[in-house]
Amino acid sequence: MAEVQIMTGNQAAALGAKLSHVQVVAAYPITPQTSVTEMLSQLIEGGELKAEYIRVESEHSALAVCISASTVGARVFTSTSSQGLLYMHEQIHWAAGARLPIVMCCINRGVGAPWTIFNDQQDSIAQRDTGWIQIYCRDNQEIIDSIIQAYRIAESVYVPVMICYDGFVMSHTMMPVEIPDAESVSDFLPPYKPHTILSPDAPMNINPVLFPWRRANPEGVLCDGYMEMRYKLQKALDESRDVIISASREFAGAFGRDHGGMLWQYKTDDAEMMLVGMGSVASEATTAADMLRSQGIKAGVVGIRVFRPFPKEDVRAAFRKAKAVCIFEKGISYGYEGALCSEIKAAFYATDIRLPIHNYICGLGGRDVKARELAEAARSSRDAIAAGDMEPAPKWLNCFTG
Amino acid sequence: MPENLFKVNIEEYMLPGQRACQGCGLSLAYRYVLKALRENTIVTFPACCLTVLHGLYPTTSVTIPALNCTFASTAASASGLVAGLNAVNRTDITVVAIAGDGGTFDMGIQALSGAAERGTDFIYVCYDNEGYMNTGTQRSSATPMGALTSTTPVLTKQQPKKDMLRIMEAHDLPYLATTSSAYPIDLYDKFVKAKRIKGARYMHIAVPCPPGWGYAPKDTVRIGRLAVETGIVVLFEIEDGKFRFTGRSKTLAEKGNKLPVINYVERQGRFRKMSIEQLRQLQRWVDTRWNEYLRRAEG
Amino acid sequence: MIVKKKDTNISAMATPAVGEAGKTGDWRDMRPVCDHSKCIPSVKKKAACFLCWLYCPEGVIKATIPLEIDLEYCKGCGICAEECPGKAITMVNEGEKNG
Repeated sequence: MAEVQIMTGNQAAALGAKLSHVQVVAAYPITPQTSVTEMLSQLIEGGELKAEYIRVESEHSALAVCISASTVGARVFTSTSSQGLLYMHEQIHWAAGARLPIVMCCINRGVGAPWTIFNDQQDSIAQRDTGWIQIYCRDNQEIIDSIIQAYRIAESVYVPVMICYDGFVMSHTMMPVEIPDAESVSDFLPPYKPHTILSPDAPMNINPVLFPWRRANPEGVLCDGYMEMRYKLQKALDESRDVIISASREFAGAFGRDHGGMLWQYKTDDAEMMLVGMGSVASEATTAADMLRSQGIKAGVVGIRVFRPFPKEDVRAAFRKAKAVCIFEKGISYGYEGALCSEIKAAFYATDIRLPIHNYICGLGGRDVKARELAEAARSSRDAIAAGDMEPAPKWLNCFTG
Repeated sequence: MPENLFKVNIEEYMLPGQRACQGCGLSLAYRYVLKALRENTIVTFPACCLTVLHGLYPTTSVTIPALNCTFASTAASASGLVAGLNAVNRTDITVVAIAGDGGTFDMGIQALSGAAERGTDFIYVCYDNEGYMNTGTQRSSATPMGALTSTTPVLTKQQPKKDMLRIMEAHDLPYLATTSSAYPIDLYDKFVKAKRIKGARYMHIAVPCPPGWGYAPKDTVRIGRLAVETGIVVLFEIEDGKFRFTGRSKTLAEKGNKLPVINYVERQGRFRKMSIEQLRQLQRWVDTRWNEYLRRAEG
Repeated sequence: MIVKKKDTNISAMATPAVGEAGKTGDWRDMRPVCDHSKCIPSVKKKAACFLCWLYCPEGVIKATIPLEIDLEYCKGCGICAEECPGKAITMVNEGEKNG
């Protein structure tokens, strides 16, 4: 009999780390992530999780600790939000380049200036170029399940994984979560085999300077220059798509829950108006889609689950029969448009898919996003498209822009 | 050698043909650091002269396992090594963080203070060549007052050297020691001792730098010696709160014949614009600190 | 011989070898030359002094009788000559004969 409890997203995250038998945790508290660190401290000090918690003095150090601990073969975990994620930015790049299977939760919160403690996705979106796999969860069940899958994925492709979920909206909201059975998780997660060798048995210097050009070693092997080493990271990300999908499928087989692999779809078979989003805004959009359908508009939702590696093929397939798209994003690439919007548009390049695509920036700094607002936006887009407006400038939803 | 004349580990862990400068004080010190630490060691260091000494991919000049890390995170990198090695049951390995004065006094101070405060079981080594030397002699908080650097090229450094030793003392460490490239046996003995102690240990190495300080490479040992002879560098150790002079400083403390600082300053190009007032301030600072150490050694 | 092996590392791990920076002996403009008749261990025919071995930043001096300096890698810093108490080592311009 599966155990179902109601719990917050942060509790789900801490339990996900516990079930994954992480060995080293290094984290610094920040709103709204704090209770993850507190719960893990409780689990570790109480003896329920056999791990070491390094109470680092900053987020930059948190990821530094994870990097070196992972290098010597320990399974590691950290979590942060917003300013904390930004503070560790150089380490985020480092972890990917070092090819370490670190799993980190990003509890999405907007970034300063000015200050906000509330939810948007600017923090994790701003990390999209670093080489991490990024997964956006739509509910608390998906958090615990995705963390477990993340270790499986990370440790087979040697790329770090960021599990993102919306601050307060999910981190502090209670939802029913079925806790995966511990033994089944142990079966699902083989032990971590590091590719890095840092041992007196075979002394090596890890992550030194690489020249711009390739350079022979004493045995005559032409070894990588910086560019080759970085190409390998890109290649790993390209190849990770198959691993992500098979991990998702195998998880579904073992635990009975399928969160959709790269993306999930809701009532898209006959949909003409597609609503798109990541995380909780996408699950909110399913309610909006139902509202629109009750008004005679065939609406569907495409929830992007994996933002990196970007699911180009999956996006092309999902939108092939769509007539219009509204992309709702809790972030913007300032100076242009929403990052998700740009990337979806780019996915259609060199295909025969020609779609009106409308971009809505919503929910910044925790502004509430209601299903009816999403539905209204989709309706107004539909009207605008009928009048010939294929690509208006991004609209800021429910924001005074006068 | 036929007999072990100096009573040190004769194994060399730095291979010839490494990338450090001619006459590099760090090179000399590091030879003995590694001899003392031996094989069951992992070092971690940030972007600094040591990065260059260890060499560029795919070859390294050092036969000890090493992990490069970002500039600010040396002590955090070490913290992760300690925790990770514990988790995989390799508790027989000594973790050593080693950074320059930039990575210790300046950018690395936060992570160092954190790791020390947590009582992390590691050795932290600061090799102090008194500037950001790897990037071409920029000023650090470890640069002495009156020194020319590429970022204090006209007026000289205005502030006195940051008292990092006092800062580290305030962390109540089980062991803190100062050493010098010019006194390799004293250095070796202290590192051998440090390896056996548990908890956060801080080792400071006074490292002369020919291009950075403006003297000929052949004088590295001489300049290092003069630093000690003048009391600018004091060789001591603090073990469980007890202060003790060692080596040449111990002799100077007993005989009371330390040299005036001018003997040290006049041999280095970086001090050529030092004012009389700055020189006097330096002498005062050296004398005050020396007397304080004499009092502590007695008590 | 062209070795057609690939770099299979997925992250940069460098292995130890001599001469990472090439033949650093090429850096010199002066080289150390030892007059063994003044070298204390040679004279005493037993282990003594060897301060040159102690102070060499490169570790390229072998504490043997007679003294051996690896000129392939010696950078010519001159510390050994400076520190030798017997003044046995002199620095000689590259291109000139010994002593």
